[in-house]
Amino acid sequence: MTREWIHPGLLLIAGAWILPFCKGRTKRAVMILLPAAALVECVVMQPGTYGVVRLLGQEVIFGRVDRLALVFSYVFALVALIGMVYSLHVNDDAQHVAALTYAGAALGAVFAGDFLSLFLFWELMALSAAILVLLRRRPAAVAAGFRYVLVHIFGGLCLLAGIVLHWSHTGSLRFGDLSPYAGSAAFTLILIAFLVNAAVPPLGAWLPDAYPEATATGAVFLTAFTTKSAVYALIRGFAGTEILVWWGAAMAVYGVVYAVLENDARRLLAYHIISQVGYMICGVGLGTELALNGATAHAFAHILYKALLFMGAGAVLQVTGLRKLSDMGGLYKMMPRTLSLYMVGAFAISAVPLFSGFVTKSMVVSAAGESHRAAIYLLLTLASSGTFLHTGLKLPYYMFFGRDRGLRAEEPPRNMLVAMGLAAVACVVIGVVPVVLYSQLPYRVDYIPFTVRHVTATLGLLGFTALGFFLLLKQLDPEPVVSLDTDWFYRRGGTAVQNFAQGALARLEGSVSRLSDVVMQRFVLGVGAQLRDIDLRGVDAMMVGIGRLTEEVSCDLTLAMSGHVQRYALIMAAGILAGVALAVFGL
Amino acid sequence: MTFKRWFHVGLVVFAVGEIAGPHLFRADHAHFWFEDIPAWGSIYGLVSCLLIIIGSKLLGKLWLTRPENYYDS
Repeated sequence: MTREWIHPGLLLIAGAWILPFCKGRTKRAVMILLPAAALVECVVMQPGTYGVVRLLGQEVIFGRVDRLALVFSYVFALVALIGMVYSLHVNDDAQHVAALTYAGAALGAVFAGDFLSLFLFWELMALSAAILVLLRRRPAAVAAGFRYVLVHIFGGLCLLAGIVLHWSHTGSLRFGDLSPYAGSAAFTLILIAFLVNAAVPPLGAWLPDAYPEATATGAVFLTAFTTKSAVYALIRGFAGTEILVWWGAAMAVYGVVYAVLENDARRLLAYHIISQVGYMICGVGLGTELALNGATAHAFAHILYKALLFMGAGAVLQVTGLRKLSDMGGLYKMMPRTLSLYMVGAFAISAVPLFSGFVTKSMVVSAAGESHRAAIYLLLTLASSGTFLHTGLKLPYYMFFGRDRGLRAEEPPRNMLVAMGLAAVACVVIGVVPVVLYSQLPYRVDYIPFTVRHVTATLGLLGFTALGFFLLLKQLDPEPVVSLDTDWFYRRGGTAVQNFAQGALARLEGSVSRLSDVVMQRFVLGVGAQLRDIDLRGVDAMMVGIGRLTEEVSCDLTLAMSGHVQRYALIMAAGILAGVALAVFGL
Repeated sequence: MTFKRWFHVGLVVFAVGEIAGPHLFRADHAHFWFEDIPAWGSIYGLVSCLLIIIGSKLLGKLWLTRPENYYDS
């Protein structure tokens, strides 16, 4: 069944090309109207199947619209709108086109009902995101952009290989629950591809590598789409996959550990994306209705508060040009509005009651509780403490308070503040009236976040995390260091192999050749000389002796060969007689 | 100094609230036994925070951190 339908993703991707032909106010109006139109279209869209095209004997479904796809599409379109408001002052068409294409591709992936269209939009997302990184046009950004491409080509190839295997195995390209194929090569390859995009360690080092290198505005888009569309794809295809429970919980803690060591403000926030996506992955693995609702709701809330946090850090980058915490301090006097809006995002990610994270993150944690998984519950709660420690305390402390370094700064352009305001309002609305979000989730929600135990325990957790922070404040002073992650393998791996070849391997080769020299000269050559002696003295002499003996016997035999018949007859008779005698006496 | 005092008052309020809250109001069911430990959230918050800072710093010192120009050289 195909009805009249305009793909909201296509609207953004195609509409973006209007921008280079507009100027001034018209351009700014188009920048707002495009994502706003996409958002309205998503909101009014009814569940159903749209945009079905027959290709290569397969049905390619561009519009599989159900509750899960819709809730992701709302937040993708909303954050695209907020991101464009944030970018209004930027005079770089390439960035705007890349950002809108990226948002459109993410919407395309969410509505894709089959693997072919999913793959198409998946790759378009990777390409447009890489362009957003490259467009910072600095050597470090270009290098990070190419590394981003490298990793995502790997992920894309895994996806393609998985799709082809799945197709050959089942004859269908439909993208749905893959759990019946668990353990097959196709299942594993597609899972790996999704995990690469979800930035799951050890496949996720590309995220903190690339995102902090993007422009202040580009990073806001980057935080939203790639990881969360992967979470969507995992919910769709891999709900209830046990390994994801542990992987997700470990990921939540991993991000927190790296955030302690981080000095770059946006890289610290990037590690917290990994940590927060960990909750979602864990929810996907748990697979219950509460857990899947939790993963979806947390993705929704996360996109908004993480965009807000990146907008805050981006605003500081924009006006001061600084990105390292060790260079910042005392900005609260000059940027009070930025600080206030940033703190709304920080409270939301830290799950402070009445902010969005409180009503979404707790769904996943409660789902772990209902499944009686104490270790997972404890790990996720520990990561919650770590989240508040960094985004709620460490980053604002060193960025806005801390030592006053006499920096000159001012509030960022108004459009940036408006965009941050929009995201902040969304964080508070979801936190205060969670039913707004709960009513959109894929399954019916019976969960009540505001219980006495939940509220008091959360306040206790956050308050005493703050106590721990102040107790160990000296330990947390940012240091000018970088932390090793799995990107080491493709950033320094080549050099390491070269060093190994020139160092240890060369030494090993030298030793082997010296050893071989010794063995050859002293042993093999010695034995050779001995053998030559034996050959000369023994074998040759023996052969000469045998030759001479043969010659002598031949000479003697020659005497017997006289040519006279009588003599031969006599010898034969003697022989016969000897034979007879032997026969008679021998028997 | 004022901030410090308010902070400490806040901590006491949180801890007392956590202990008294479930007794004063009808509390929801706990998933695990350890959630019934008085002031569980506060204790676990402090322990988690200290564990994360000390554990991560140790990991960093022993293994993970390198000079800032590590990837440039």
